[in-house]
Amino acid sequence: MDFSAINPVLLIASLMVAATPIMLAAIGELVVEKAGVLNLGVEGMMIVGAVAGFVTAFETGSPILGFIMAAIGGALLSLVFAFLTQFVLANQVASGLALTLFGLGLSALIGQDYVGVKPPPTPKVNFGALADIPVIGPILFGHDLVVYLGLGIVAGTWAFLKYSRAGLILKAVGENHDAAHALGYKVVRVRILAIMFGGACAGLGGAFISLIRVPQWTEGMTAGAGWIALALVVFASWKPWRVLIGAYLYGGITVLQLNAQAAGARIPVEYLSMSPYLITILVLVFMSADRSRAPAALGKIFHASN
Amino acid sequence: MLRLERRPQPSKMWSYLTPLIAVAATMIVGGLLFAALGKPPVEAIKTIFWDPLFGPFASYSRPQLLIKAGPLILIAIGLALGFKAGIWNIGAEGQYIVGAICGAAVALAFYPMDGFFIFPLMILFGGLGGFLWAMIPALLKTRFGTNEILVSLMLVYVAEQLLAAMALGPLKNPEGYGFPGSRNLQQYEAAYNAEIIAGTGMHWGVVAALISVIMAYILLGRHVLGFHIRVTGEAPRAAGFAGVHTGRLVVICLGLSGALAGLAGMFEISGPSGVVSIDFNVGYGFTAIIVAFLGRLHPLGILLAGLLLALTYIGGEMAQMTLNLPSAAIQVFQGMLLFFLLAVDFLTNYRVRIGQKEAV
Amino acid sequence: MTEPLLKITGLTKAYPGVVANDDVSFAIQPGEIHALLGENGAGKSTLVKMVYGLVKPDSGQMELHGIGYEPVNPSAARQLGVAMVFQHFSLFDALSVAENIALGMENPPSPRELSGRIRDVSEEYGLPLEPHQIVGDLSAGERQRVEIIRCLLQNPKLLIMDEPTSVLTPQEVEILFKTLRQLKEEGTSILYISHKLEEIRSLCDHATILRLGRNVGECVPAETTARDMAEMMVGSALHTPERKDEPTGEVLLELSDLTAASPNPFGTTLKGVGFAVRAGEILGIGGVAGNGQDELLATISGETRVTSGTITLRGQPIGHLGPNARRSLGVLAAPEERLGHAAAPAMSLTENALLSGAIREGLLTRGFINWRGSRRFAQRIIDAFDVRTPGTETSAQALSGGNLQKFVIGREILQRPDVLVVNQPTWGVDASAAAAIRQALLDLAAGGAAVVVISQDLDELMEISNRFAALNEGRLSDVRDTAGLTVDQIGLMMGGAHDMEVAHVH
Repeated sequence: MDFSAINPVLLIASLMVAATPIMLAAIGELVVEKAGVLNLGVEGMMIVGAVAGFVTAFETGSPILGFIMAAIGGALLSLVFAFLTQFVLANQVASGLALTLFGLGLSALIGQDYVGVKPPPTPKVNFGALADIPVIGPILFGHDLVVYLGLGIVAGTWAFLKYSRAGLILKAVGENHDAAHALGYKVVRVRILAIMFGGACAGLGGAFISLIRVPQWTEGMTAGAGWIALALVVFASWKPWRVLIGAYLYGGITVLQLNAQAAGARIPVEYLSMSPYLITILVLVFMSADRSRAPAALGKIFHASN
Repeated sequence: MLRLERRPQPSKMWSYLTPLIAVAATMIVGGLLFAALGKPPVEAIKTIFWDPLFGPFASYSRPQLLIKAGPLILIAIGLALGFKAGIWNIGAEGQYIVGAICGAAVALAFYPMDGFFIFPLMILFGGLGGFLWAMIPALLKTRFGTNEILVSLMLVYVAEQLLAAMALGPLKNPEGYGFPGSRNLQQYEAAYNAEIIAGTGMHWGVVAALISVIMAYILLGRHVLGFHIRVTGEAPRAAGFAGVHTGRLVVICLGLSGALAGLAGMFEISGPSGVVSIDFNVGYGFTAIIVAFLGRLHPLGILLAGLLLALTYIGGEMAQMTLNLPSAAIQVFQGMLLFFLLAVDFLTNYRVRIGQKEAV
Repeated sequence: MTEPLLKITGLTKAYPGVVANDDVSFAIQPGEIHALLGENGAGKSTLVKMVYGLVKPDSGQMELHGIGYEPVNPSAARQLGVAMVFQHFSLFDALSVAENIALGMENPPSPRELSGRIRDVSEEYGLPLEPHQIVGDLSAGERQRVEIIRCLLQNPKLLIMDEPTSVLTPQEVEILFKTLRQLKEEGTSILYISHKLEEIRSLCDHATILRLGRNVGECVPAETTARDMAEMMVGSALHTPERKDEPTGEVLLELSDLTAASPNPFGTTLKGVGFAVRAGEILGIGGVAGNGQDELLATISGETRVTSGTITLRGQPIGHLGPNARRSLGVLAAPEERLGHAAAPAMSLTENALLSGAIREGLLTRGFINWRGSRRFAQRIIDAFDVRTPGTETSAQALSGGNLQKFVIGREILQRPDVLVVNQPTWGVDASAAAAIRQALLDLAAGGAAVVVISQDLDELMEISNRFAALNEGRLSDVRDTAGLTVDQIGLMMGGAHDMEVAHVH
């Protein structure tokens, strides 16, 4: 194996790309969980976003439209989850699983005629001369819009939760929905908005995979990214900046693993491909020691007359 | 404005009715979906639900019903025990794969030896494989409080990679001209899980599924372990008060469901599938989740739900051949079934009242 | 007479199967502390929820300053100057004091300004509080201050307080009363809900008494005897349990230097708890809620396991044993929370009888359940303790609080325990059921069992227990004979001997 073939600058630049989909999905889920809702349907919303974005971009030739449709698609699917859990008070774990199973099927159905075609390329943001600065240029100024958008959403979520009144209300709803209700806050409305935000973010993350990272459409192409995003929220202890760190760590492992495959490591490819999942499990084990940071009402059903 | 009011007591009637309503609603909306895909809706529904049993090719498809239902029921029974206790094993697909690999590995180790003990040994190792795979999330949960949902699911992807590694590596058929995949166990008599009665689809896995239904029924209704499982799901603190050791229950529930999923995988690979290959698993582990919920986590319900979901698989394949219905449509159909079930399930525990909405 | 601040006329509110308020009318004058007196379940909470906009009345009118008042939600009520401090605090454990207060305000100022105002108000009214502290780490008294300051920052005209003293030590009650009197001087009206007569007599200017949802009388508390008010409130003479002599039986249960961490993150750690209970004795354990009561019960029931020697039964170590092993030795328990801890809500009474009775009633044969025996056991409990239920197959959640409590306590007593520990045995239970439960506990002790009663109702503890101790932040005070204890002594025991909080409040 030849590790000298691995260029550290390219490695960092590409880990940022690898990290973006799960970062988007995880920051969305973080907001959902902060509101006290556990949506296990991230995988389903991501794959629906992936196919919605891909089909739209392919048909219209506009990746931007594709990303917009992906966000809308993810949010629409999340509305089904919102209806089940907020109106008919269904079990959140079961509803999230249903969302994933349904989303995988639906995406396969929509995408069946798009297997093997190429989407229009997503242009990189033009920073002019900045991109030519050695080392920093390719790392910071060589990406497409969505990479920066992802960073922006993380920063925005952080500021929203820390400084805004709406963010405070969201945290209150996730902490103790009965108390929030007693103070006159609309628990269900807050949660539905959070769920839709989570859906839109997951959709964007999915489209990033199908339009930029791969880029093409194959069935089940998210390959567990949604589940890893869920694990990432635990890793981050429900803190936005830690989502960023976690996503980059994960991106780094993924890219290293791919590089090792390309460099012809003597370990069979399959074992290398396992590594992101195994590392996710390991991280979960380390992070589960401290459960006290989880929103107190996470996963609990709210019914006004309880 | 409509509002929900908690029933003092869950309604028995609605708990039987809701699965039927969900199936009916899925047929209607599914029909609309097929119409949107340009297929004749009524004919498509008939092809899926009627033809496999009574259509012109029924003699071919009828045995398939048991072949497909066997693993679904076997896995779903295990899952239901955990779900009832609030222990969410959603990685049955992984346990199914590992059980299959272990069972097949035993067979291939003895190939071409002939011996009555080989098949029982495969059963043992198949169950053990699934059990051990499920012990990973179980022990991580009891030792470190790690979320079993995420761990069991991550292990599905690990198991899939393991399957690929096995099919291309240690278990590859040495006489396979370099093609991936193991020897075909159907051609190895000592290991072949053949039909017990020809033409019925009844193989040992189906027998195991039926036994598991009966055992689960007795366990939940008559045995204190089943009682503890139900109390834990219903009111965890009350379970602690009743002396339930939560950690032990996690191990038991995950272990049982893992072992049953492993058995299902072993019976599949030694029978209907025959070969360790990359495309061995087809998602039974996930569909079984739908089966468990549709059967309302009740053993007899699961038996019926397993048969119904098996029907959608077979009917889906038929509709694919005769109507050119995309295979993904059936996946959507199954997903919708779970959606509708969850959507009407509240009727069991809540009453709908018409009146002003208010907060108390 | 001046125009009343709030005038209530004919308020009625019905829930399925129960009329919570039936044609209730009264008025609150400006600058008046008005008591709303009634037993648990008399309809006090529903009434104030209507005033606070949480519940809409079926019929009747309210007028605030002579203008029609129909708050659609709490926010509307707050804007019109009506504020409320809840009995079970509507606080957010993981958030800071300032964040919690901001959530209760319509237009909170910037965080920095708010912190300053919190400090000002807390100083002005003698309610010390640090804005940046996390609420989950505060004591019950401090948490109540958060709620009160949250209300005061909005300059309310009417402050509603729902059973505010139920979680306070006597000393903390004094501080609260001082604050309330100061508010009254400043012209704020207070609607004060309570079932404690002495409290109302010392604090309130006027009282409205509710029974079974109806206004059954009004009075000026200072001019009315507690006995008269009690009669209006209860409507019939109470059965007072007998008191037994000093027990001299052998020591059955003994805890020595027991230290145990709470299983839940915001719980209380037990620190060096020790006491002994004799056969025939009732030990009463008082203390403000959340000072380790749940945790203490869990260590005795076996839900929390501890070092074996720290708990002994007749001198034999049992600390390492689980609940069922202890049951077979005769140590039984009835936890505070009926629904979800002592009983599984959606399960039938038969199943709930099995829940804790499986071992001692011999309902299991090699792990298989004797359902017929379980049903018989459930029926025996129902008969012996007068549990009102359609039958044994009714779910626990369908029973009223009092009936379920009788079932839960009866279930343990009928198993003939040697040691029984109960937490809040009569909380939220109507007077006749409470009397029946207390009598049953006295009978049990008279029969030679050692009984530990954990309760926040001091009257109850004084009435039935031979000896008394109090929990404070996980520590247990010295155990004293109840005979001759004064309220001051009890207050100090509840406050913890080395707690200086009382000292630094002026």
